[in-house]
Amino acid sequence: MGDIHVMREDLRPPEPPARRHFISIRDVTRDDLERLLATARTFERSLEREVKKLPTLKGRLVINVFYESSTRTSSSFELAAKRLSADTMSIKSSGSSVDKGESLKDTAITLGAYDPDVIVIRHPQIGAPQLVARATEAHVVNAGDGKHQHPTQALLDLYAIKQELGRIDGLHVAIVGDVLHSRVARSLIQALALMGAHVTLVAPPALLPRGIEAMGCETTTDIGAIAAADVVYVLRMQRERMQEGANYVPSLREYTARWGVTPERLRPGQKVMHPGPMNRGVEIDPRVADHADALIEAQVRAGLVTRMAVLYDLLVGAPAPVPVGDPVEVA
Amino acid sequence: MLFVKERPGDNVVVRRARVVDPAQGVDATLDIRVDDGVIAALGTDLDTNEHRVVDADGLVVAPAFVDPHVHLRTPGREDEETIASGTAAAAAGGYCAILAMPNTDPVIDSAAALGSLVEAARTEAEIPVGFLAAITMQQDGSELTEMAELADVGAVGFTDDGVPVTSPGLMRRALQYGAVTHRRIALHCEEPTLSRGGQMHEGAVSAELGFTGYPSVAESVMVERDLALAAYERQPLHLLHLSAWESVQALRRAQQAGIAATGEVTPHHLCLTDEAVRSLDPNVKMNPPLRSESDRTALIEAVKDGTVTCIATDHAPHARHEKDVPFEAAPFGVTGLETAFAALYTHLVEPGLVPLPTMLERLSTGPARAYGLEAPRIAVGARANLVLLDLKASYRITEQTFRSRSANSWLIDSTVKGRVRATVAAGRLVYAA
Repeated sequence: MGDIHVMREDLRPPEPPARRHFISIRDVTRDDLERLLATARTFERSLEREVKKLPTLKGRLVINVFYESSTRTSSSFELAAKRLSADTMSIKSSGSSVDKGESLKDTAITLGAYDPDVIVIRHPQIGAPQLVARATEAHVVNAGDGKHQHPTQALLDLYAIKQELGRIDGLHVAIVGDVLHSRVARSLIQALALMGAHVTLVAPPALLPRGIEAMGCETTTDIGAIAAADVVYVLRMQRERMQEGANYVPSLREYTARWGVTPERLRPGQKVMHPGPMNRGVEIDPRVADHADALIEAQVRAGLVTRMAVLYDLLVGAPAPVPVGDPVEVA
Repeated sequence: MLFVKERPGDNVVVRRARVVDPAQGVDATLDIRVDDGVIAALGTDLDTNEHRVVDADGLVVAPAFVDPHVHLRTPGREDEETIASGTAAAAAGGYCAILAMPNTDPVIDSAAALGSLVEAARTEAEIPVGFLAAITMQQDGSELTEMAELADVGAVGFTDDGVPVTSPGLMRRALQYGAVTHRRIALHCEEPTLSRGGQMHEGAVSAELGFTGYPSVAESVMVERDLALAAYERQPLHLLHLSAWESVQALRRAQQAGIAATGEVTPHHLCLTDEAVRSLDPNVKMNPPLRSESDRTALIEAVKDGTVTCIATDHAPHARHEKDVPFEAAPFGVTGLETAFAALYTHLVEPGLVPLPTMLERLSTGPARAYGLEAPRIAVGARANLVLLDLKASYRITEQTFRSRSANSWLIDSTVKGRVRATVAAGRLVYAA
């Protein structure tokens, strides 16, 4: 019998997945999100080992292309790829041919010539990841396109919520602040709605996009509404995206007074999240940010394992890798 | 006011066509004989007189189309379109006349600039073309152009299309001067402080995609203002590319109150809604933007009831590399000359939303009358301006299909029904497929 090797069905390498991207939460199902969360959980356990590097994506190439500044997202994508043994390259808009006026399409074609398996892209313009997907053969992961989507942020937020509260279905999440300019909010509203959470947006009228209720949420301008939520998700005031003289709010001072998340406006036990970077003292009171009920650090940690899960899922495919490593031989 | 290459008229006999001329009340199977570019006979079994015979059995023959809103990009962006390529594209689309907008580089705001275009059209234009001149110098909204002189040189009308005339005071002066020029003032209605930064219609789709919204009210408040000024000055005016139901409501009310206002809508606003923007295809980005289904329904209703008498393509060619960028970075505008009829037939006529005669009328007689031009008609003694339409032909539109220098069409890779088989413009057979 010695020379007959049978591979257990569930350990057989899956069929190579059809070329997929991770560009918008709109493109995925609840099953997809559940699978990614489970995969991330597996990776979290693997990172508890002494040797944290897994051979899973050895020989694969992941290129990170960042046309906007980023600390959390770019570093966690880079580390996620490295933890999975992929080769990585990072391109930033400054210091590259972008400075010389090269178009996004030409940059994408250039990078595509290296046959990358994944291109992770952050870009200030909506639709940039779709353009890269059209111009190259790589799987494309959207690390934020303008005000549109930031799907891996939504995934890490789901992960942090689930780790902390044990479930997502049936939870009430209040998202507070500058929804208008927030790709984080758009991805998160869709992701929470898919997972069965109840979402309330709380913001000044001009920062609530007209018609956003159609995404499956309710809206209010009353900050008092956050008291009813299990989780209060605070958005950053994106002053850099605001047009000069647009008067979304009369002043930041008035914004903070009316919509700032302060200890007085929270109930004990409510969890508080923020995608970072924070404007302490503007949208979030420092006492809230530093309180034990704030999940902000957990969010950052979740970023690594969920991005590992996304890269794994795109390149290796479902199901989750229960034992990560070499196939087991069964006699 | 229309200019074309000087050429003798053709001798053609169109055989066994279903002749539909709604303005003349004609819908019958007839032969049409064209002698030296003029319709000489209508009847059955006409002598061919050694004329070129076009077999139109199974085809509809209608008065050729008039497009009141085309961007020929000349002077300045001849890489995108020229008078020659734009008029060839128009011929392929069934048009016998087009009107070009003055937002070129330089702007058509002087007799010299207009004169050189007129000269170029006389040597290059495949079909008759007319030119609108700017309302304000450089289209910057501060100083009127010399409209009387421009009218003398051949301006069909005046417009700052591409941008609104923001100052109500200046708008009033332009309307007042219309009493001197006897030319139509055509208005791009957009309140810039409401549309600023707008990439698409403001609504559920823009909320989800994250685009800055360009609300309907940005158009309709300007429509209301301009109609009020026209009423006060008792001057006619023409409203360009209407997109919002509030705008057509305002136009309808103004017409009922006796204001001589006309309006146009584009095929893309009649066929698509803001849902199409979910594709993030830069070829569905235009100004005004695609709006909601209730806006589209109101536009269709306005075309049917005659509130809107003109269909205008707003043919806006763009270089490929300028559209091949993320949606947010792409310029506004799509081409339309070569696809207008097929789009309208496929999306509106065949599904029964607009009757064929109404559609034909809005593509031809309506636009001609809005600018005081002689309307194409199928009658003995009239100059031949004919379009032959195959309503049964379906075909796929590809980038290679176009005679235009640009291919930024929202219909690329779609299959449509209704094909232009031939066009006779100003007595010349200018297109046959």
